[in-house]
Order: sequence, then structure tokens, then C-alpha cells
Amino acid sequence: MKKTKQLFAGLILMAFGLGTAQAEYTLNLMKGVTKVSNDIYDLHMLILWVCIFIGIGVFGTMFYSIYHHRKSRGHKAAQFHENTTVEIIWTIIPTLILIGMAIPATKAMMELDDVQESEMSIKVTGHQWKWEYEYLDNGIHFFSSLDEASNKVRQVGSGLDPRSVPNYLLNVDKPLVIPTKKKIRFVFTSADVIHSWWVPDLGWKKDTNPGFINESWTSVDEPGTYRGQCTELCGKDHGFMPIVVIAMNEPDYNAWVEKQKAAVAAEAGSASKQWATEELVAKGKSVYETNCSSCHMADGAGLAGTFPAIKASKVVTGDINAQVKLMLDGKGMMPAFGKMLSPVDFAAVVTYTRNGLGNSVGDSIQPSAIQTLQSATPAAGKNE
Amino acid sequence: MSAVVAEHDDHHDHGPAKGLLRWVITTNHKDIGTLYLLFALAMFFVGGAMAMVIRAELFEPGMQFVNPQFFNSMTTMHALVMVFGAVMPAFVGLANWMIPMMIGAPDMALPRMNNMSFWMLVAGVLLLASTLFMEGGAPASGWTLYPPLVLQTGKALPFAIFSVHLLGISSIMGAINIIATIFNMRAPGMTLMKMPMFVWTWLITAFLLIAIMPVFAGAVTMLLTDKFFHTSFFDAAGGGDPVLYQHIFWFFGHPEVYVMILPTFGVASTIIPVFARKPLFGYSSMVYATASIAFLSFIVWAHHMFTVGMPIAGELYFMYATMLIAIPTGVKVFNWTATMWKGSMTFETPMLFSIAFVVLFTMGGFTGLMMSVAPVDFQYHDTYFIVAHFHYTLVPASVFILMAAGYFWLPKWTGHMYDERIGRLHFWLSVVSVNILFFPQHFLGLAGMPRRIPDYAVQFADWNMISSIGGFIFGASQLLFLYIVIDTIKGGTGEKVTDEVWEDAAKHSLEWTLPSPPPYHSFTTPPTVIPTEHI
Repeated sequence: MKKTKQLFAGLILMAFGLGTAQAEYTLNLMKGVTKVSNDIYDLHMLILWVCIFIGIGVFGTMFYSIYHHRKSRGHKAAQFHENTTVEIIWTIIPTLILIGMAIPATKAMMELDDVQESEMSIKVTGHQWKWEYEYLDNGIHFFSSLDEASNKVRQVGSGLDPRSVPNYLLNVDKPLVIPTKKKIRFVFTSADVIHSWWVPDLGWKKDTNPGFINESWTSVDEPGTYRGQCTELCGKDHGFMPIVVIAMNEPDYNAWVEKQKAAVAAEAGSASKQWATEELVAKGKSVYETNCSSCHMADGAGLAGTFPAIKASKVVTGDINAQVKLMLDGKGMMPAFGKMLSPVDFAAVVTYTRNGLGNSVGDSIQPSAIQTLQSATPAAGKNE
Repeated sequence: MSAVVAEHDDHHDHGPAKGLLRWVITTNHKDIGTLYLLFALAMFFVGGAMAMVIRAELFEPGMQFVNPQFFNSMTTMHALVMVFGAVMPAFVGLANWMIPMMIGAPDMALPRMNNMSFWMLVAGVLLLASTLFMEGGAPASGWTLYPPLVLQTGKALPFAIFSVHLLGISSIMGAINIIATIFNMRAPGMTLMKMPMFVWTWLITAFLLIAIMPVFAGAVTMLLTDKFFHTSFFDAAGGGDPVLYQHIFWFFGHPEVYVMILPTFGVASTIIPVFARKPLFGYSSMVYATASIAFLSFIVWAHHMFTVGMPIAGELYFMYATMLIAIPTGVKVFNWTATMWKGSMTFETPMLFSIAFVVLFTMGGFTGLMMSVAPVDFQYHDTYFIVAHFHYTLVPASVFILMAAGYFWLPKWTGHMYDERIGRLHFWLSVVSVNILFFPQHFLGLAGMPRRIPDYAVQFADWNMISSIGGFIFGASQLLFLYIVIDTIKGGTGEKVTDEVWEDAAKHSLEWTLPSPPPYHSFTTPPTVIPTEHI
């Protein structure tokens, strides 16, 4: 049995202590890929060893006593119950140890906090349940959601094997791309509830608070792909909004930026063309699955009491303009999709909900019409 | 006081009312203590069943049993039920039973309020449980109830908030009663610095409760008005701040976790000297350490919020203040060790649980020290590392000590001896499985698994499976405790226990001078000799 062997191996490694096992099991904090994350790792190891050292002392004494000072071995109880000297010693020694820990901790904290002299800024906005990235220097802007393969497998009772999906629950449709060897400032906020943006390899997490801005920074030396997750409970799909950061060296990064700009131009072109209903429905299905299905469910049945059904919904089967308006502006827990979806995706998903998921209203709306509405709504404005 | 005395003169041997109504209308500290303890035990199994749902879903990657929303309800309700329904009431139950007997009083100072605080607790917990069946489900925002997420709760929100109000009032009344009893009803000669440690820790805990429960009530009331009356305390769009809630909550929340641990310290300081056959080492430093911990608990709250975006001065202050807690806590651990040192120890079940408490609570203390270091907490925060940390300080600490207290005092309460063999079996199963359950969670957290997620990446699969197996064994083992409690009440081993029950216990504390089981009104005349072995 491979499983049993692994289990056994794991238990043995556990017995050896935290620091030794790297190969198959991650038992310890990762060192990460930034100076800050390495400093944090060193600090973690320092405190861990301090704790282990004290633990051996205290537990050693206790177990010596438990073994030797027992009635069954005929040990007679001493009757001392006070010793001021000892009490003072074991108050002062821990105090000194704490001071010794506080000094490097203060240094690391100051370093972590220092966002000065950054070379570029990325705004991260948390949404239920995806991330929005905006490059404040060059205007690149996109959303990043759980990848489709993980999303299929993670449905309740899907019966699919998570092990068949590479990077299950740690993969996204569009990763965040950053250049290496540059000090990047991140600013964080949220569109709805509090989330927290964490990539362990960068060494920190930061909460995204609605209505407020938080800051943090990183500088990655080596190109690579670094994965993380939301770490503040943010509702139903809290476990399903991963983060993927790809660090590229300067030329690759610049090429990526050019590609993004070209894609935005192409998108703008396709918004002005005339789309057939079937085309919109076909495209709308995948837009629905990425953006809508986590609340309204993949089959459009919704969740009684919390999320309304799409199927036979009064809004979806009623006036198309009313539906578009509701989706543009949002309502209650329903986010304002006016600024989240491109005109094409928006039109596609509207058309899909009216002609799929058990509905057959028959009408459709053109991306160009959405574009006009989006630029007319104050909530809109950041079209890709 | 005079009224109580007069009543005693009138009917000398009066006992409990007959029939079931006795338990509804009782004002007797022992009856109410029993009600609290049995209610807490029942809630321990309800909260435990929720934990089993959580561990079953996390047994393997992928979503097998419950949907994510219900999973979040389970983590939320598990915490609320365990904190407010199991651990806190269990300690109030112990206080009710033991404080009058330890200080040489006939009953609690305010017996009618005592009855009311118990029944409000039941009402509060039932109201909370009823939210499970409401449209939109039970609260699913975690027990911290952070806005704006908590405001997305369905119909359950106002019910959950009202339930918190009831639980808060119940706790405050219990605390007032304990303070009034300790200050007014001690036997002549029992000065404050001669009180048993359990009484001391509860006195300090009661002050904590009075200070913090109104704060929590205020915080949730602000949630209520934000949701239904268009205020915006926690909504930036109206000039509020969601982080303000976190500050208020943790100003309550940090002392709250000490409400669950300080009486634990008190019981441990009571049990260890009896089985080490030695006085408690450093009684007065134990008292001062407890008071220091209680004081510090009020000025460290934002260490729960290191990543929320505080200015550097705040981060550093809360880091230093939090580190300080290690000093008085260390003093307590050293004192317990010194109490065992050169004793004449025996290892009956209460002692086994108490020793396990000292060791495993200290491990929880170590991880707490690690997390006090703010920059490193930027990695640990909201991962399974913290889940492991606070479960170590709650399960093999508070819960183990509650078990120890059960084994220690059940013979006194019932007059029957429990079955030592099954008690030890219960201990060994619990202590092994609790470590299989929680130790791997340190690894999961360090490896990057966030808390409160219903499904996880496959590299976390093995440790989650091990943890779940430990959880199932731990859960099943607790049925043994239920069996022992029932068996002991019904007669136990049949052995007639002495007044002292444990060797020389009467030298440590007054309850062992009473018969087993003790009379309905503990000390109708104050005792004249105050035991001083413990100081």
C-alpha cells in the first residue's frame, strides 16, 4: 500500500522534527522567493528553536519528576512551596529571551512595512469570488478567477478526481504577471466583503477592506510561478479564489504587456461588430460559468433563500433592458457587472440567460448596445 | 443573609422539591451547577458533531458531503456552540458547585438570579441552534461575525444577534453572582490570599466577563442597526469602517479566550498539588500571574489583526504587548512543574488529564509566542497554523481540564467512585487522538493551507486525512466519558467513597471536609478550620 507507506514515512519525518523533511511533504514554512520572505523564514526558525529549547527544558524536568518522584517508587513528598529567587530567575530569563526576539522582529516589521521607492504599482481588488488586477502604470486591467478544470471538479458530488487536475484549486484563468528585480507596490481594496491576498512565496498576506486602501510591496528575484489563496473568510466560495503570480524577466514581461494591449484593441473591435444570437449564446455559456454559476448555480437553479434562480426568473424572462440595467448596477449581493465584464461578454451572458438554462425568450442584445450603456452609467468606465 | 439564616431555622433538613419541576425552579447551587454541567456536556456533543461534519468533508480533497455555504455554517456554529454552549457554561457549572463549598458558604449569594442565568443560557443556545433551520441557513461568517460578510446572512442574522444578547446577559449575571458570593460569603478566617486557586481564577474571570460582554453586545447591536436601521458604523460608504468592528470584537474576543483558560488554570492548580501530595508552588505568584494575564488580555487585542492594515506603530506595540503574555504564562507553567518536583505523585485519571494539560497547553503557548511576532504572523495568519494553535489551547487544555475536574469531583458530587480503568482508557485514547487530530494542522498551515476552506489543493491531502482520522477517534472516545458520567451517577464501582475521596485532600480545600455527596446546603454553619496546604 503506497498510502500506508507514505503515512508511515510522514510520521517518521514528524518524529525527526520540523526542519528535515522537504521532499514530498511540506512540513515547514516555505522560504519563499523574496528577501522579506527569507527574513521571515529565518525569524520563524529562530523562534521555533527557542520554543523547542525551552520545551525540552520544561518537559524534560517534568518527565524526570514524573518518573522519579512517584509514590509507587516510594518517593516521599518534600514540602517546599516557595522560593523567591527561583521565581525571579524564571521571570527575568524569559524577559531577556523576548527582548532578543523583539529586536530582529522589529527590523523585519519595518522592512515589510516600507513601500517607499517602488518602481510600479498594481491595484488588487477583491470580489466575491475573484480578483481584479489593475496595473496603475500602463492601464492593463483584468479579472482573475478559478480555472475551469478545478471549477468542474470542485462542485459538490462531481465525482471527479481532484488529483487529475494540475494545481487543483491553485490555478486561475488569467494570472497576475510581474517583472522580476523590481520593487512593486500593491494597493489593496475590495468591492464587497473583506478578502485577504496571500502568496506564501512572497512572505505576506494583506487584507482587502471595502472603502479603504492597504499597501504592501514585493520584489522577486527569480522568474517563476507562485501560487496562493484568499485567506479571509469571504463567503460561500472563499476556498475557490486562488492567486497565481508569474514573475518574468524584463523582456518577457514587456512582451506580455504588448500582447495585453493588442488583446484590448481586438476586443474593442469585436464589440462594434454585429453578433448572431447563436454566437452570443455559445460565448455566454462560458461567461456564465466563470462569473455567475457560483451563486446562481451551473444549471441556473439558484440557492433557495439566498441566490435567486435564473430559470423562469421574472427578471430574465421579462424586459431585456430591465435585466441589463440590473446587471450593470447590481443589487444587494449581486455585484455591478457593468465594470467587470467586457461589452461582448456582457451581451453574451445576457443573451445566454434568456435563451439557455431552460429559458427561451428568443431575443438578444448586441455588444455595441452594451458599450453605449456602459459609458452612460457612472458605475462603468473601465472597459477593457 | 439574615433571611437565609431564618429559613434554615424554620425547616432544618429541607431538601430539593420533588419531581421534574425541581430542576426548573431550583435555586440551589448544586442543582444549578448540575444543570450547567449536563447542558455543557450535551452541547459538547452537539458542537462535536458539527466538527465531525467538518472533518468528514475535509477527509479528502473534492466536495463530497456538504455545500460550501453549509460548511461555513458548520465552522461558525461549531465555534459558537463550543465557546458559548460548552466550555463557558461548563466552567460556570463548576463555579456553582465548587465555589460555595470551597469558601465555606451554604449557597451562592444570589440564588434566584442563578436560576435565571441558567435558563437564559438555554434560551440563547436554542435560539442560536434554531437558525440552522432558517431560510438562508445559520450564520456562515465565522464566529467573529465580521461585517460586511455577516450582513449577507439570511433570515438568521437578527436571531443570532439576539441569541448573543441572551448569552451575554446570562454570563454577566453569572459573573455578578460569583463576585458577590466570593466577596460576601467566605467563612471567617478565609482571607483573599487563603482562597483556593480555583476561586481566585474565577474571581478574576468574572471581572473579565463583566468588562467584555457589554462590548460584544454593543458590537453586534451595531451590526443589527447597520443591517436594519440604515446606520453605517461599519460601512465605508456611509463614513464607517469595517475594521472598527474587528477592533471592538477583539477587545471582547481576546479577554474572552482568557475567560475560557483562567478557570482552567485554577482547576489545574487545584488538582496537581493533591496528586503530587505537596502544596502548590508559589501560590501568591500564581495569583499575581493570573491577574497580570487578565490585565494584559485587554491591551493586546489587535494581534488578531496584524494583516488588516495597521500603521507600523500599532503593529509594533501590539507585538511587544503580546510577547509580554509569555512571562506570566511561563511563571504558571514553571510553578506547576515545581509543584510536581520532589512530590510523591500518583497518576489517577484527573492527574493524567492535568499533566497532559500542562504539556499540551504549553505547546499551544509556544505557537502563540510564534504568532506574536508580527512579521512572521503575516505568514501564519488565517492558516491552519492558527487553527492548530487555538485548538491546542482549548481542547487538550480547557476541555481536558474539564474532564479532569469531572473525574476529580464526581466522587464528591455523587458519593460514588468512577471506574478508574475506563477513566484511564478514556485518557489515553483522548491524548493520543487529540494530537493526531491537531498536530498535523501545524504542518498544513505552514505549508500554506488557509483556514475555513471546505476543499483544498491535493498537496494538503495526506495530513488532512490523518487529522480527520484523529478527529473521528477523539470524537468517539468522548462517548466513554459520557458512559462514565452516567455510570458513576448510577453507582459507579459500588465502592463507598470517603469524605476526602483523595488522600489528604481535605488539607487542600474545604469541599473535602463535607460528606460525599455533600448536603443540599453546603455549609449551614461556617467551618472553623481553614485548610492552608495550598498556599
